[in-house]
Amino acid sequence: MSTLSRDEVARVAGLARIDLTPAEIDRLAGELDVIVESVARVSEIATPDVPATSHPLPLTNVFRPDVPVAPVDRDAVLAAAPASEDGKFLVPQILGEDA
Amino acid sequence: MTTLVDYDEAVTQFDPVIGIEVHVELGTRTKMFDGAPAGFGEEPNTSVTPVSLGLPGSLPVVNGTAVEYAIRIGLALNCQIAETCRFARKNYFYPDVPKNFQTSQYDEPIAFEGWVDVELEDGSTFRVEIERAHMEEDAGKNTHVGGATGRIHGAEYSLVDYNRAGIPLVEIVTKPITGAGERAPEVARAYVQTLRDLFRALGVSEARMERGNVRADVNVSLRPTPESALGTRTETKNVNSFRSIERAVRYEISRQAGVLNDGGAIVQETRHWHEDTGTTTSGRVKSDAEDYRYFPEPDLVPIAPDRAWVEEIRATLPELPAARRRRLQTEWGYADAEMRDVVNAGAVELIEATVAAGASPAAARKWWMGELARTAKQQEVELEALPITPAQIGALQRLVDDGRINDKLARQVLEGVLAGEGEPEAVVVARGLEVVSDDGPLLAAIDEALAAQPDIAEKIRSGNLGPVGAIIGAVMKATRGQADAGRVRELVLERVQA
Amino acid sequence: MTADLTRLSAADLADRLAAGEVSSVEATQAHLDRIAAVDGAVHAFLHVSAHEALATAADVDARRAAGEDLHALAGVPIAVKDVVVTKGLPTTAGSKILEGWVPPYDATLVERIKAAGLPILGKTNMDEFAMGSSTEHSAYGNTHNPWDLDRIPGGSGGGSAAAVAAFEAPLAIGTDTGGSIRQPGAVTGTVGVKPTYGSVSRYGLIAMASSLDQAGPVTRTVLDSALLHELIGGHDPLDSTSIPEPLPPLVEAARQGATGDLTGVRVGVIRELQGEGYQPGVLARFHESLDLLRAAGAEIVEVSCPHFEYALGAYYLIMPSEASSNLAKFDGMRFGLRVVPEDNPTAERVMAATRGQGFGDEVKRRIILGTYALSAGYYDAYYGSAQKVRTLIQRDFDAAFAQADVLVSPTAPTTAFKLGEKLDDPLAMYLNDVATIPANLAGVPGLSLPNGLDDGLPVGFQVLAPAKADDRLYRVGAALETLLEKEWGGPLLAQAPELETR
Repeated sequence: MSTLSRDEVARVAGLARIDLTPAEIDRLAGELDVIVESVARVSEIATPDVPATSHPLPLTNVFRPDVPVAPVDRDAVLAAAPASEDGKFLVPQILGEDA
Repeated sequence: MTTLVDYDEAVTQFDPVIGIEVHVELGTRTKMFDGAPAGFGEEPNTSVTPVSLGLPGSLPVVNGTAVEYAIRIGLALNCQIAETCRFARKNYFYPDVPKNFQTSQYDEPIAFEGWVDVELEDGSTFRVEIERAHMEEDAGKNTHVGGATGRIHGAEYSLVDYNRAGIPLVEIVTKPITGAGERAPEVARAYVQTLRDLFRALGVSEARMERGNVRADVNVSLRPTPESALGTRTETKNVNSFRSIERAVRYEISRQAGVLNDGGAIVQETRHWHEDTGTTTSGRVKSDAEDYRYFPEPDLVPIAPDRAWVEEIRATLPELPAARRRRLQTEWGYADAEMRDVVNAGAVELIEATVAAGASPAAARKWWMGELARTAKQQEVELEALPITPAQIGALQRLVDDGRINDKLARQVLEGVLAGEGEPEAVVVARGLEVVSDDGPLLAAIDEALAAQPDIAEKIRSGNLGPVGAIIGAVMKATRGQADAGRVRELVLERVQA
Repeated sequence: MTADLTRLSAADLADRLAAGEVSSVEATQAHLDRIAAVDGAVHAFLHVSAHEALATAADVDARRAAGEDLHALAGVPIAVKDVVVTKGLPTTAGSKILEGWVPPYDATLVERIKAAGLPILGKTNMDEFAMGSSTEHSAYGNTHNPWDLDRIPGGSGGGSAAAVAAFEAPLAIGTDTGGSIRQPGAVTGTVGVKPTYGSVSRYGLIAMASSLDQAGPVTRTVLDSALLHELIGGHDPLDSTSIPEPLPPLVEAARQGATGDLTGVRVGVIRELQGEGYQPGVLARFHESLDLLRAAGAEIVEVSCPHFEYALGAYYLIMPSEASSNLAKFDGMRFGLRVVPEDNPTAERVMAATRGQGFGDEVKRRIILGTYALSAGYYDAYYGSAQKVRTLIQRDFDAAFAQADVLVSPTAPTTAFKLGEKLDDPLAMYLNDVATIPANLAGVPGLSLPNGLDDGLPVGFQVLAPAKADDRLYRVGAALETLLEKEWGGPLLAQAPELETR
């Protein structure tokens, strides 16, 4: 298994949209390296013949009828928002047009 | 700056390959994963629940009707329906994506491996292979405020409305479309048009392009010959009218041919279509840094469509557009060329609804393919985007059939309806356009005209009916066109012979 | 009189309310007084909703006086872990990033609590976003173990466990992703149950790991847990992973167990969950409890779950992966904290700054770990492998439950450690949950009940049952509780040191 370099932690923090201080990056690189090494042992027994389980219980086809419910109170939601204007959420300027 | 290669030249030098991703908003009553009403044009942030806002603690539940619609689309596209499939999370941060992940189907689409036959303008068909159709949710809408241009760059802040967030979408992805040659732009347009008609026939969406119910991304690549490996492709996003789809593909073929002829290489990137200039510009370069960290959505359970259910849906699929067009052509008695024009103009549903509103097929065709087609062309919009309904055309034609207005007046009424003056009846009243059927005012106008032109009156009295037209013209002028010319003629003759 | 009310079990208090011997206002006020007296030292609560609780109590009293048919627990006060959204009451999940957030809606389990007329005393402290085993990762200060205020109350639900142990509430709601109900129960001498995954709705729980999270009861007796589980459990159409069938009869099972007879019940001892790493006193209490079960007629068998040694690894891949995605919504755009760096920042930079300052160390650690595990090129080795281990652990459980009706182990390897002792060693902290995590991975239910002291600190005994057989937990748990209390001459908590009141 690869080890977690400082650069790797910085790259992943960018993906996770978290500003880290240089000191945090240093500390996390050390801690995560130990943790990753420990947890990576799972691949020892995860052989190709073993199916993956993503849900503890085998439910399928859980559907909702297409019936409208009462919307949430907009004023309450906007009151709890950091900023709003004209019934909309106000957010800082967005860079990059597509996603 | 690359020089564009003339289109005809480009397609002799290169073999274009296209791929199209179509997103259709399903016409369910509620959203994909919650019971918020899936309306259009509501007040901002009023069609939302904690789920569509991504509030902490909220959880998604799949809309069963959306699944049924997705299966319908899959079946109509001759796809296989998955025995089991799942939703996954596509993780990326963007303010209009409330959870900062989109719930979508990744490696397990509900429908895959299909095809659809597309009719081209010359009446031939072209088969487009479908890779997959999968379910996902729409994002909210950003409005950019401040800044000089109102565009994103330079905007000082944005306002977000989440009403659209969570509206169910089905994304249909084609396999690479090869073999279209110089007709690639037409195939692209006809394909999206075919899908639009299909969505409506299936009753899964209103499929209105101008409302963004149907959105297309087009991939274009060039290769030296049909035997060569596929070239690097560009993806032009959000090309949202039939006309633009055709133009965008055409433009990309010309542009890419220019780049390649100049010895350049095509960059795999997202491009933006500009309706005003008819060009595309470079957006974001697709790179390996894009890492969506897909994983199965743990808040949802797998979907395993019961085979009996799938067959039940198959059995209730409505008549599909191609068959329907053949039936309607017979019913309406249109010639092949007439029907093709109607189809190409996207007027089939409009005429059908107009006929249902009481107009004869001939009259319905006359309005939509004549006056209205001209108006749409002038305004560069689709026919259906005109602010007039088939019911209104039906009402207009009834006024003509009842003799209350003549053809000339009808055109003025149409103009009034298009200008937002109300229903045809209201326009007739407001503009005072009704045919003058009372003989009194007509006789007065005739007497006046005869008196004004005594020599002509004399000629008519002496049996020379040649100059009658001059009197009729004067009367029509005096009544501002609101007289029935036939009736005027009768009255003139009565008058001079009396 | 009011001091006594806080010492009653929820079932006893409910009986007295029903008999009209005491009013809900009196009972609620008694608990509010107790909170005022001891919570300065314990710090179990992040928010006390005295006004709302008393209003609910008065309403229940009025309805009772009018002869209305009320829920068995109507009028019995309850504390709710701050990870559960409560309409009109602040909900922070122990994080700065949600400071001051007041949700516009109720979690399903809160709706059920409100509909049944239980006054909500307040919101309890927890590790930030339920990430931790000591409640030291709360952004709002430590909760102290009522048995020894210098020690941890367990985590993440240390607030709920400490509130119940300190007689500040007879009932509390916890959530358990890897042991956050059971481990705090073990170290505070209280009872905690993690129901079968899907038994209690997750709608309105601020998610850490969707496929592992489960809410459940935190109480002082096994019967009280059964009563609360029956109240909050059962199908919820707002949670796709909610079990459609009704709950098995839990209260009935607890009452049956309380007879102390376990004839014919097969109890499996998990070989891999004892020995190395377990404190000798913890193991001693465990074996004494096995003797009691045997004496009550149970058949004790040893079972092996060979893949459990990989459970911690699988857990620390699946949990952070899901959490990294679940916590993406905390970005300062729609609710909660927004940190704006200088010079006209973009949304992207505001998000990163908000998350950088709003999240604590443990949350950042797990988000980074999870983001890494899901990122391109690592998915198969990490997340994919962990999901396979999950299958193997389920198979271990299936094989074990073929031999035994319930499985047992110590709940936690040690008793409560000192505050600060493991804060700088994440891996050592993670090992606290080694015995509780397998149940979350497999979705099976687990219960912890106090089974004695080691050096004056409580020890916990864990019972595990097959999925949807939560009733077995209550039968065996209640039987052991009866037998132990007979030996002790009363509940274990009666031996806890008196807290200084003010």
